[in-house]
Amino acid sequence: MASVTGESRYRDSAVGRFLAGFASTLKLMARNKVGFAGFLVVVTIVLVTFVGPIFVPLDETVRVSQIYKTPSLSYPLGTDSEGKGVLSQIIHGGRPILTIGYLAAVISTTIAVTLGSLGAFVGGRVDTGFTWLADMVLTIPQLPLLAVLAGVLSLNNKFAVAGLIGALFWPTLMRATRAQVLSLKERDYVESARALDLGTPHIVFREIAPNMAGYIAINFTLAVTTSMYAVVGLTLLGLVPLSENNWGVMLNLAWTRGAVFSKDSIWYIMAPIAAIALHQFGLVAMNRSLTEVFDPRLRRGA
Amino acid sequence: MYGPRLLVGKDRELARTSVPATGGGALDVFRKVARSYLFRRLIKALVTVFVMASLTFFLIRLMPGGPVEAYIANLVTQYNVSHQSATQQAASLFSLDLDAPVYQQYLEYLGNLVRGDLGESLVSRGVPVSKIVLSYLPWTLFSIGSALIISFSVGVFLGMIMAYKRESKLDHVLTNLGSMVSAIPDYIMGILIVVWIGVQWELVDITAMRGSLSPGIQPGFNLTFIGDALYHASLPILTYVLGTIGVWMLTMRGSTESTLGEDYVTVAKARGLKERRIATAYVGRNAALPPFTQLSISIALVFGGSLLIEWLYVYEGLGYVLYNSIQQRDYPVMQGVFLIITTMVILANLLADLLYSRLDPRIRVGGRD
Repeated sequence: MASVTGESRYRDSAVGRFLAGFASTLKLMARNKVGFAGFLVVVTIVLVTFVGPIFVPLDETVRVSQIYKTPSLSYPLGTDSEGKGVLSQIIHGGRPILTIGYLAAVISTTIAVTLGSLGAFVGGRVDTGFTWLADMVLTIPQLPLLAVLAGVLSLNNKFAVAGLIGALFWPTLMRATRAQVLSLKERDYVESARALDLGTPHIVFREIAPNMAGYIAINFTLAVTTSMYAVVGLTLLGLVPLSENNWGVMLNLAWTRGAVFSKDSIWYIMAPIAAIALHQFGLVAMNRSLTEVFDPRLRRGA
Repeated sequence: MYGPRLLVGKDRELARTSVPATGGGALDVFRKVARSYLFRRLIKALVTVFVMASLTFFLIRLMPGGPVEAYIANLVTQYNVSHQSATQQAASLFSLDLDAPVYQQYLEYLGNLVRGDLGESLVSRGVPVSKIVLSYLPWTLFSIGSALIISFSVGVFLGMIMAYKRESKLDHVLTNLGSMVSAIPDYIMGILIVVWIGVQWELVDITAMRGSLSPGIQPGFNLTFIGDALYHASLPILTYVLGTIGVWMLTMRGSTESTLGEDYVTVAKARGLKERRIATAYVGRNAALPPFTQLSISIALVFGGSLLIEWLYVYEGLGYVLYNSIQQRDYPVMQGVFLIITTMVILANLLADLLYSRLDPRIRVGGRD
């Protein structure tokens, strides 16, 4: 491969090695055009929502004469019911939602991978117990439970919301991880590592984990989409009292203030939907590239 | 969103090992029952219901500053009621004996649940929660049930066509549609339907479609009633169908494709059986198993999602009542409705699993899940 010579040049420093690895990963991602486009969309949205607010101030001036304007040069996404620019609200409104979404995905992926691989590895009662727990959590209607929890505890802390969502959305990935580890455990190279008595840590981290990395990465992006689904749903219902302005709150306001039934409000309603949908589609598309990056068999064929 | 779910079936397959049955003797009969699929499945369902009931009890009753305490404190400070009578009122509302030790309260709460006593509503004074639940439950069951049946049968049918005509233009269009639809959350689909079909294009009258029935229509077995019920449920049903159909299309496409390569299909073709018979009795019956395992997950998702969908369309089912009770802090209703939704999901899951074990004899014979 062309990137091998480039890599050897930087091999002396850890940073150089990391950069080289990053560059070759990007190159691999670019092989799948749809996947790379998805990757770019996700990166752009994350950058705009996390860095954008520094450069673009939140428009908070009420302009009675400018209500529900269609896009123009001064208001690229039109205005809302109080004449405030929609674009600045979109730029400022992504951070809380994305933070919770990604944080919850980290939590649920961690729980899933830990319980799944532990269960498959240890087996016996531990495995049965974890599987039972997963089956049980899977049958709980998650959204109503989150809504009830939001009604009993007042959830105004981002981390609490992310924690709750993460604690509910792990079972599918856990079962999948378990199945994966169960089958990897039986592979020849793991058997031979065991025969060579290389030790459990070596087997887990050098033989099994690398084979799981891609799988986990792909499922992490899917976990982000499900967590976003939950956060936006809860804020849309007005059950998570996030004081900041965000995409879910925008939709909630459109609904509760009746803006949805006015034909002119279309830009205000479609803007947060488009932002959420773009991010979700970006993640799903990005998976195509991720599959190729992590599966060398697909790579050689391309 | 369909990615991780696809592996559920594989997971099950891995666990499918057959246990030889031993006969004779009362103990063996007992062992056989304990090992039977139905028995294990029932125990699992009961434990889940029990855990959820306990969780809600401790959440509502024991949370410091939780609903019961807040209710008593509110009566004392706002209405100048003595602490004792406030406690009594709270006790009757939540159908709890607040002076008893916690474990006794807990046992009594469970006893009440078994008898179907869910307490009384705080907002509509004196109305038993069970009555509220019973009047709204049919609408949710009706809309979700018909939506799942429609989307499963249409999805599986389309998936089969896609596999038979793979790599054709139709296959590409349907595959892309399927993955797109399954990436959009159902409530976003709902918002889009309201905003575009209802408000922008004015194809349907969103406000007239609210509620579960038009005013003046009496429930009965006649065309007016059924037509009106369908009219009001049509948008929620459409939303649930769009939200779930993609998963089934894609799973069915994959499983049909692998079934088509099976030896028994080749043999059936060699025996000169008719194409149609092979497609239904040999390919379809076996290929439909993997999508069927997704059904239990979809049931929980759709039931849970009904909270948002019914709120969006103001469709008066359980999700709508749950939303209102959370808004009004009507804890007994909230608790009751939540428990019923959970129980319904667990029951539906049980039913789906039992049906699955009918369709796939390996599960039953194996005696393990």
